[in-house]
Amino acid sequence: MIRPRVIPALLLRGQGLVKTVKFKEPKYLGDPINIVRIFNDKEVDELVLLDITATPEKRGPQFDLLKNIAGEAFIPLAYGGGIRSMDDVKKLLSIGIEKLIMNTSAMETPSLVREVADHAGSQAAVVSMDVKKGFLGKYEVFTHCGQKKTGLDPVKHAVEMEKMGAGEIIINSIDRDGTMQGYDVELVRKVADSVQVPVVACGGAGNLSHVSEVIKQGHASAAAAGSIFVFQGPLRGVLISYPTPKELKEFI
Amino acid sequence: MIVVVDYGVGNLGSIVNMFKKVGAKAVASSDPAVIKDAEKLILPGVGAFDAAMRKFHETGLVPVVGELVLEKKIPVLGLCVGLQLMTKGSEEGREAGLGWFDAETIRFKFDDENAHLKVPHMGWNEAHIVREHPLVADWDPESRFYFVHSFHVVAKETDAVLAETDYGVKIHSILGRGNIMGTQFHPEKSHRFGMRLLKNFAENIR
Repeated sequence: MIRPRVIPALLLRGQGLVKTVKFKEPKYLGDPINIVRIFNDKEVDELVLLDITATPEKRGPQFDLLKNIAGEAFIPLAYGGGIRSMDDVKKLLSIGIEKLIMNTSAMETPSLVREVADHAGSQAAVVSMDVKKGFLGKYEVFTHCGQKKTGLDPVKHAVEMEKMGAGEIIINSIDRDGTMQGYDVELVRKVADSVQVPVVACGGAGNLSHVSEVIKQGHASAAAAGSIFVFQGPLRGVLISYPTPKELKEFI
Repeated sequence: MIVVVDYGVGNLGSIVNMFKKVGAKAVASSDPAVIKDAEKLILPGVGAFDAAMRKFHETGLVPVVGELVLEKKIPVLGLCVGLQLMTKGSEEGREAGLGWFDAETIRFKFDDENAHLKVPHMGWNEAHIVREHPLVADWDPESRFYFVHSFHVVAKETDAVLAETDYGVKIHSILGRGNIMGTQFHPEKSHRFGMRLLKNFAENIR
């Protein structure tokens, strides 16, 4: 039987990988090809790769770099950042990326989600949303890497995206990003209970108990995390790690 | 040369990448001339059964591939929906399958105990070998594979079943009879375990 997936989420900024806190203070981790190779050797369940400056810089994916990365990764690979057309999608599929993550573009052109699902199957059409909790405890979806308010409720957006053919939804909490204080379990549960498709929780993991919590109490099908897989110790020294199959079995 | 049949469906880059990694020559092609020269074929596939079958027909490659597989007996490996296309048909659609296996592709039907299981079956699962075969030689008992599918294959010819996987029901996850083989999972995305299987296909299958 399967166990829920545990997914390192890596942020691409220019040609390097970084880790942010609340979508700010990007700290340089290293060369993406090297780091992906290490994660590949550690036999991770899946990798999520997000180019966090593509949309703000109004550019598309860095195809050459992604091609080199995909050549090193014999694992399910999801990519997001600047995917705006079916041309982009077809290029990404042909270089070995099988999950296309749409965030800003899913909001601006929801028909792209449908087109991706029709072309490559709904498992390839992944919608990611960045969510912030307001003063009154109300959740709101942000686009453009957390820079732009949309006024949209995450549950409503998720249901809409599922209707458009999204096969998976990533919920990223801006407030929890890089804090290592635990996932926003309430947010994840609200969305996971409203859709049939798998929901991936992201933002806030500080240890494997957090991962277990968001799966058991947040009803997430998978948990993505950054800091715990790239940092070591209180000084946040860069060290790539991933739990062994035995550790994963124990916790999840 | 192994040719990955490019009929417009599937993640061909990953398959070619993995064959390269194990030292086998592989290309993805939709050119009948290239396909006719193939020593072995990969039939990929993702998404909906009917959409895949229709695209395969639209390319005009069905008779080309059919002749190579059924008359020239060239080894062929179907992956995911590629395997499902080799059955007689799918509950997912109306199109007839290729019928290379006496098998059907059906919906997951869980009993009450397993009713909580989500479809698609997405993630890592084991494949338990039930019959020895060069495709599954040197098998690592820890082997696990990446699955993502909402329908699964049930073979009537039970001696074609090489491996089974548990997901609420028993899935026939690796099939093989003569030169025709297929896996429900994605070996090209399954670490060294999938690499072993593709290497076996490249080296052990004649």
